Amino acid sequence: MIIEHIDAQLPGTVTDRHAFRGDQTIVVAKESLLALVELLHREGFQLLVDITAVDWPERAEAQGLARFDVVYHWLNLASQERLRVKVPVADGETVPSLTGRFKTADWFEREIFDLFGIGFEGHPNLKRLLTWDDFPGHALRKDFPLDGGDPFCMEGCTAPYNNGERA
Amino acid sequence: MAEMNINDAVLTTRLDAVVNWGRKNSLWPLPFGTACCAIEFMSMQASKYDMSRFGAEAMRFSPRQSDMLMILGTVTNKLAPVLRTIYAQMAEPKWVISLGVCASSGGMYRTYATLQGVDRVIPVDVYVPGCPPRPESMLYGVMKLQEKIEKESLSMRKDHIARFYESLARQDALQAEKGLTSQQTIREMLMDAADRGAGTIF
Repeated sequence: MIIEHIDAQLPGTVTDRHAFRGDQTIVVAKESLLALVELLHREGFQLLVDITAVDWPERAEAQGLARFDVVYHWLNLASQERLRVKVPVADGETVPSLTGRFKTADWFEREIFDLFGIGFEGHPNLKRLLTWDDFPGHALRKDFPLDGGDPFCMEGCTAPYNNGERA
Repeated sequence: MAEMNINDAVLTTRLDAVVNWGRKNSLWPLPFGTACCAIEFMSMQASKYDMSRFGAEAMRFSPRQSDMLMILGTVTNKLAPVLRTIYAQMAEPKWVISLGVCASSGGMYRTYATLQGVDRVIPVDVYVPGCPPRPESMLYGVMKLQEKIEKESLSMRKDHIARFYESLARQDALQAEKGLTSQQTIREMLMDAADRGAGTIF
């Protein structure tokens, strides 16, 4: 299995691991990400299916841990093995960009930068992808109001998630 | 042809009435299809419902050649400046039908991404409810618009459109002054309008 191989080749890289119904997940620190990616690429994990992120504001507050997880999904086309890699990132920190190895990372990373506000070091063109350039805030953060502080959520609006505040 | 003499050949009427009669029976639709409503609209144009019966035969995909804007589907905030530009470029006199709940009020999408009703950025004449509205509803919307055109005076429509142009000039001025993107400019204008208690920016 690939995780044992990673342990043998890059000891100490994997800080946490779990599997659910055959979905292997490992957690690595961002410092060791690039070395891990090179290894994975050599081992046949050559399809980067997706990059996304998760926001855990309560985790950051209660336990003092990093607020975000950047999540990578890889597929090994030869063995049909899949691997999920999570990289914890604190608010305001950056992650090394994978655009050097995977062309597809370009737009994925721009999307995360747009919606979560996580920077990517070494990205050739890091600007917003889905919202406009001077969009206020990052839409997928948990503290972003669902209606975006929509100016037309006026008084008398009874939507349960209207907090009456503006972004 | 019956025999005609001069007395049978002359008909007197109001200018408004005869011009509006011509306008209402030759609407040239511009489909602004962004989502599922556009599929219903295709059905409405096709053989079974056949919008051509109402004189709205000439489908044009250029704003320069159309006078009835049909907004079919969800309009996002990102698309709002585009919609305003398209409406501004249409041939006058022009009318707008907002089809389906997304275009009319944001529908079920009460989110940061969706414009909560296109009537916030452009003037709308007829709203058609439904998600999506059936082709019959859409045809009914066109008929309602025809009724509306029948009753209009010529100067009324002119003033109505002039107010929109004025807001477009304000938008350009604000954008140049603050150095914003067009989307953010519209957002600021919407905020200002909300502070004044107004629902629209024109």
